[in-house]
Amino acid sequence: MSQVLERRAEALEAAAVPPRPPFGLTAEGWLRLLAPVVIGLLVLGGWEWLVRTRGIPPYVLPGPVAIAETLVRDWGTLSASLLVTLKITLLALLVAASLGLVLAVLFAQSRIVELSLFPYAVILQVTPIVAIAPLIIIWVDDVTLSLLICAWIVAFFPILSNTTVGLNSTDHNLLDLFRLYGASRWQVLWRLRLPTAMPFFLAGLRISGGLALIGAIVAEFVAGTGGRASGLAYRILESGYQLQIPRMFAALVLVSATGIAIFLALSLLSHLLLRRWHESAMARGDRR
Amino acid sequence: MSLEPLVSLRGIAKRYATGTLAVRGIDLDIAQGEVLALLGPSGCGKSTLLRMVAGLSEATAGRIDWPSGQPSARDIGFVFQEPTLMPWATALANVALPLELGGMGRREAAERAAAMLARVDLKGFENAYPRALSGGMRMRVSIARALVTRPRLLLMDEPFAALDEITRFRLNNDLLELWEAERFTVVFVTHSVFESVYLARRIAVMAPRPGRIHAELAVEAGYPRGEEFRTSAGYAAHCREVSQALGAAMAGAAA
Ligand SMILES: Nc1ncnc2c1ncn2[C@@H]1O[C@H](COP(=O)(O)OP(=O)(O)OP(=O)(O)O)[C@@H](O)[C@H]1O
Ligand SMILES: [Mg+2]
Repeated sequence: MSQVLERRAEALEAAAVPPRPPFGLTAEGWLRLLAPVVIGLLVLGGWEWLVRTRGIPPYVLPGPVAIAETLVRDWGTLSASLLVTLKITLLALLVAASLGLVLAVLFAQSRIVELSLFPYAVILQVTPIVAIAPLIIIWVDDVTLSLLICAWIVAFFPILSNTTVGLNSTDHNLLDLFRLYGASRWQVLWRLRLPTAMPFFLAGLRISGGLALIGAIVAEFVAGTGGRASGLAYRILESGYQLQIPRMFAALVLVSATGIAIFLALSLLSHLLLRRWHESAMARGDRR
Repeated sequence: MSLEPLVSLRGIAKRYATGTLAVRGIDLDIAQGEVLALLGPSGCGKSTLLRMVAGLSEATAGRIDWPSGQPSARDIGFVFQEPTLMPWATALANVALPLELGGMGRREAAERAAAMLARVDLKGFENAYPRALSGGMRMRVSIARALVTRPRLLLMDEPFAALDEITRFRLNNDLLELWEAERFTVVFVTHSVFESVYLARRIAVMAPRPGRIHAELAVEAGYPRGEEFRTSAGYAAHCREVSQALGAAMAGAAA
């Protein structure tokens, strides 16, 4: 009887929810948000002050205000370029993620496939993209496709290698349990190996998000020198030739902002998928 | 116990690929519905033996017979030393797993899993993820999962070793209660003399290097057993007897 009461108390305790802090952010959360913002504002303010007091001309170093003005004025061209780059980056990431996942699963299922293909994945990874981008752009007629391939090459490996590690990190007792209940290969893959690999895959995806953007930009630079692209990197090149330095900076700001946005979006995705069960996605105070 | 055994092991030996002879010459009958403890020091091959009975590992010599028929996937429940739950699945999904792997529909599996969770006093925690449960609660989920297929044989490999004493006592009682109701056969690995005497009707004391059965002792105390058994004179006497047997097994190994 007392045991029953005790367990009821346990259940009640587990059901009680701690009070929500203001705007859902703890003191630690506010610090994390505000500290970088304050630093950023200080640096920007210092930059503007320097440019104004020293009278540095905008074609040498434009101030943040001038850059912001250009960003607004040239938004038409810049946003079109942003869309081009973003499209290539996201497509490359999508292809890298799905192909990396599929290949990692194949590796996990067949040792022969892994042994025969993995070295080539490594070669793809260690070859500098700047060196092969010109070749790819020459070989592939379609500019968008060639840029896509370059971005994909850079983004592919972290997903493949991370997911492969994840698929092989299965708890061996759980594996025994599945064996005990006569689980099929497919059931083991679907219900055990893939969920185990999920945090690894997502970590790889976050790395690859940034890399896909870098790959796209590098390829655009290479293609842009031949005047065959229209993405953000091309705008940077073009503005450089025309000595429109504020516009060059504005395009650069957009590249960074895109990288940050991709990282944040992928972090959010990872958090949403893992928050209920994985250590990496838990609030600090919740960890045990 | 005059019935034919559920499982009988004859001359079982296991040599691992590394060359380690883990167990040798094991003869053991496990009776229908009995609670048998395998007691022995670390490394004497208890886990190895249990895994062979479960069919998770092949014996290198000897025979394992099931007189009443080879067990199917649902006939054996296994509880590991760690709760070994899938962290990405709720308590309910973890318990439903064996049923779903066996091809049962989602709804029916969930219903049975919920009923089993209630049996181990975890009603209300169906949707909790393992990380939100205490160590003792996780172990109860693990036991529920092992019992959800209504197995004939429950194999437990030091299931409570990682828990504090209070929780361990409580789970010992819970296990006895479940056994009273279901009368499945239990083989229970432990290195605790006290736990083996409290739970088992029979104790196989194992000796190390290579692992073998040194003695089989009966615990002559009827079920149901409860907390009062822990303080009884009979309990103390049995503990002394089993300790001595364990001491002798280890001395024999050292000689
Ligand atoms: N997979 C394996 N490969 C090689 N040797 C093994 C393997 N598993 C166990 N052994 C060896 O077999 C012997 C028995 O191991 P086992 O795990 O069965 O002991 P145990 O009685 O369960 O010990 P503990 O109480 O520490 O769990 C040990 O010497 C161990 O080193
Ligand atoms: Mg063991």
